[in-house]
Amino acid sequence: MSTTVWIILAAAVATYLTRVGGHLVLSRFETVHPRVEAGLNAVPAAVLTTLVAPAMLTAGPAEWIALAVGGLVALRGGLLTMFLAGAAVLIVLRQFMA
Amino acid sequence: MSTDATIEEDAERPASRDFLDGARLGVPVIVSSAPFAMLFGALAVANGLSVFEATLMSLTVFGGASQMVGIELFGQKVAPWLIVLSIFAVNFRHVLYSAAIGSRLAHWPVWQQAAGYFLLTDPQFALAEARAESGRKVGFVWYMGAAMPVGVSWVSCTWVGAAFGRLVPNPQALGLDFLLPIYFLGIVMGFRKRPLWLPIVLVSGVASILAYKFVGSPWHVSLGAVAGIAIGAIFGPAPGKVEAEEPTP
Repeated sequence: MSTTVWIILAAAVATYLTRVGGHLVLSRFETVHPRVEAGLNAVPAAVLTTLVAPAMLTAGPAEWIALAVGGLVALRGGLLTMFLAGAAVLIVLRQFMA
Repeated sequence: MSTDATIEEDAERPASRDFLDGARLGVPVIVSSAPFAMLFGALAVANGLSVFEATLMSLTVFGGASQMVGIELFGQKVAPWLIVLSIFAVNFRHVLYSAAIGSRLAHWPVWQQAAGYFLLTDPQFALAEARAESGRKVGFVWYMGAAMPVGVSWVSCTWVGAAFGRLVPNPQALGLDFLLPIYFLGIVMGFRKRPLWLPIVLVSGVASILAYKFVGSPWHVSLGAVAGIAIGAIFGPAPGKVEAEEPTP
């Protein structure tokens, strides 16, 4: 099997551990320390932000405007609406700024 | 037929009704996740995965944001363990869902629980939690009715995107290379009701940019994330109940 398949299977096991692990581990404690819970709550936004911010460094005006429009649409609409709006702006702008 | 009445949802109702009740709730999830499954398939192939590998990832990982993170890193020649760690980090929120929903599934046989946790995505947690809070029992058949069609759609739409994505003539003009940051921003925005969201995002963003410039990729992911998590842990002991905010699995 290729390295890629091994990575995928390892990632699948790691993911399953997060889905079953909270029940098996976290529920054994009477209470989770508030700081631990606050830290866990911060994980998804913190991780995903690191995938957006550096991409902005290497991008240009078309990408920045697309992100800004997507971000504004996200204040009112759901993920799909926001995504389609950002993608549409990006595609249109790229026809003019290459 | 069963001495343990708690196993059965309701003796009067046929199991097929429970399955359909769950499946009806899964329809909006299917509609909103299908485009992302196809996008994942297309981007995975563009980043060097085979059609089989892309579909295998949807089948075994079954977590949209983390799969996107995975293929983003596959394209950057990152060390394997770091890819696995990054996917693990993005999926770590499931620990909270799992801990919160555990007591609702505790009356199932162990093998049913094992299967149920495999399918515990963001929307599945939201649906199951809502049903439990409305006072109805979260039965295995109902749970599978909500989860299984979503999973089948997720995997098959991934295959469609992977198999036909390469037919797109000019990916750059369609913005394919920059769709992932837009998608990730959307997920980040979905968490904006959480305590300390803005400081966490700002600190993670600045830290990841600094790490990107001075340490180098892929360390900007872990260093930026640690900085944001530290902000959450230091300033935000704000306990509350766990909520799912993302519409995709």
